[in-house]
Amino acid sequence: MILKEIIKILNATTITSSVDRELNIKTACSADMMSAVLYYHTPDSLLITGLAQPQVIRTAEIAGIKTILFILDKKPAENIISLAEKHNISLLSTPFCMYTASGKLFEAGLPSCQGK
Amino acid sequence: MPLNIDENIEGSFQVIGGNFDKAGEASSQLKLKLFEVGADEDVIRRAAIATFEAEMNVIIYAAAGRLQYLITPSYIEIRIEDMGPGIEDTDQAMQEGYSTAPDWVREMGWGAGMGLPNMKKNSDKFKIDSIVGEGTTIEMIMNFP
Repeated sequence: MILKEIIKILNATTITSSVDRELNIKTACSADMMSAVLYYHTPDSLLITGLAQPQVIRTAEIAGIKTILFILDKKPAENIISLAEKHNISLLSTPFCMYTASGKLFEAGLPSCQGK
Repeated sequence: MPLNIDENIEGSFQVIGGNFDKAGEASSQLKLKLFEVGADEDVIRRAAIATFEAEMNVIIYAAAGRLQYLITPSYIEIRIEDMGPGIEDTDQAMQEGYSTAPDWVREMGWGAGMGLPNMKKNSDKFKIDSIVGEGTTIEMIMNFP
């Protein structure tokens, strides 16, 4: 699924200065536990999380995840946004909760990173 | 394909317990080093994930630790030695979902009990030795294809 479709479906706003709207997102992973992300993710996943901590950016960087979607309109602190920009990771925010955001994307055809 | 390097590459990082701001820096630098020498992308990803998990364990549980790596043409070896509380039952600690992390660690997104299993999952060889009251040593090897 192309990122701009995800932005539309979730009424998402962009947080980082640069977001590649044409990026092809193959799977999604919804989690607040970073070890779960590291265990179950696949590269090119979209990470959906409610955790706005620097470790989220580090986890994405290590796992090769290029886009993070924060739920419930959460916006991380400036230092976290700068860290994401340094590593070319796009940050987005949606007003929906994790359940609804995940459900809307699943319904639109974006599979889980576990393939189930 | 084996790595095209003239000689083995060694390096090390100090990891300070409780320093969440620096969490992931050693793994990030190791990832960069592996890119520089042209290592296989899957091995880079596995090594970075396993190192990050190991780094987080030191930061969460130990006073300090040392992370050493050795890159040879055919494999990368990562060794993490910490001055932490040690693990009483390593078999139990290796089970997915088992964690002794306090709530404040979980609130930061860690302590799911996936760290050690994830290190093993991403390694071709994995060894853990722990002595209660002294610390834990983990050795991991990832072979280049």
